Amino acid sequence: MVGIVLVSHSPKIAEGILELIGQMAPDYNQIVACGGTAEGDIGTDPAGIMEGIKKVNDGQGVVILVDIGSAIMSAEMALELLEDTGLSDIIIADGPIVEGALNASVSASIGASLNDVIAAVDDARNLSKL
Amino acid sequence: MINRETVVKTIEVISDTIIENSEMLNDLDRAIGDADHGINMKRGFEKVKSILDDTQGKAISEVFKTVGMTLLTSVGGASGPLYATVFLKFADQCKDMDSLDAATYENMLNAAIEGIKKRGKSDAGCKTMLDVWIPYADTLKSEKSLGTDFSIALGKSVEAAHDGFEYSKTIVATKGRASYLGERSIGHGDPGAASTVLILESLSAMFQEG
Repeated sequence: MVGIVLVSHSPKIAEGILELIGQMAPDYNQIVACGGTAEGDIGTDPAGIMEGIKKVNDGQGVVILVDIGSAIMSAEMALELLEDTGLSDIIIADGPIVEGALNASVSASIGASLNDVIAAVDDARNLSKL
Repeated sequence: MINRETVVKTIEVISDTIIENSEMLNDLDRAIGDADHGINMKRGFEKVKSILDDTQGKAISEVFKTVGMTLLTSVGGASGPLYATVFLKFADQCKDMDSLDAATYENMLNAAIEGIKKRGKSDAGCKTMLDVWIPYADTLKSEKSLGTDFSIALGKSVEAAHDGFEYSKTIVATKGRASYLGERSIGHGDPGAASTVLILESLSAMFQEG
């Protein structure tokens, strides 16, 4: 199954999205919340993101969802550091973290491919709310 | 000669300077960002200071690498990956070297600037630390081609770094948190540009005293 990593500046946001997903896709647990710094402050932690990727990766690929600013930089840095370990098919998806994570986890939970899970995040980006 | 002891000592000076100026960096960030650049940098460089003893006996390149990885895992903000990139790029340029010279420093600066551009998807004129890094390195290059003494050239480069920070006040932020403010960011200097000035001052002094 495709894994999902949630990268937010706030530990609460990342945990909260996880909680939300627990309702939508209760059997899907290949997802990890990487919110905040290593000390739990507001920020992002490239080393923590690396660990998160390894944790949810079973070889089918991993989609990373990010919130703002340095979350993207930290995720990219984590990917670069992982290059040496030979891990592949780890993609940062370009979509809103809440709606994107919901779409992606529902899609991943039914065994969708990496490309389909990325497409599910793309759908969330184009979703009109009103 | 700039050997590993000198480099370690300079990193300690950089750390102390950043820690001493963390309030100033926070204040700059409060005006156009989220008021945490000083806190983040202080946290990172306190950690760097705490691990410097572990670098005893390690080559210069390993010292820079350790600093980069430490910043990466402890800073928390965008400055973490950016400054981590700087020190990791420094490390790449001085592999297997027992001492640093002017030519190596030029390579280190070029590699760091390319790394920051790539990491931040940014360039000069976006109100970022690049508005200090680039004029500093450019001045060093142009003074070299004029045959200026390296120590004097470093002094001029530090002036260019300060000018770069002043310039950052005059432009609109298009990268980072400050970009949400648009025109309102004019009049305020960029916090990352300010911390870069501090770091480049210490590095310049190392080569001037070296």
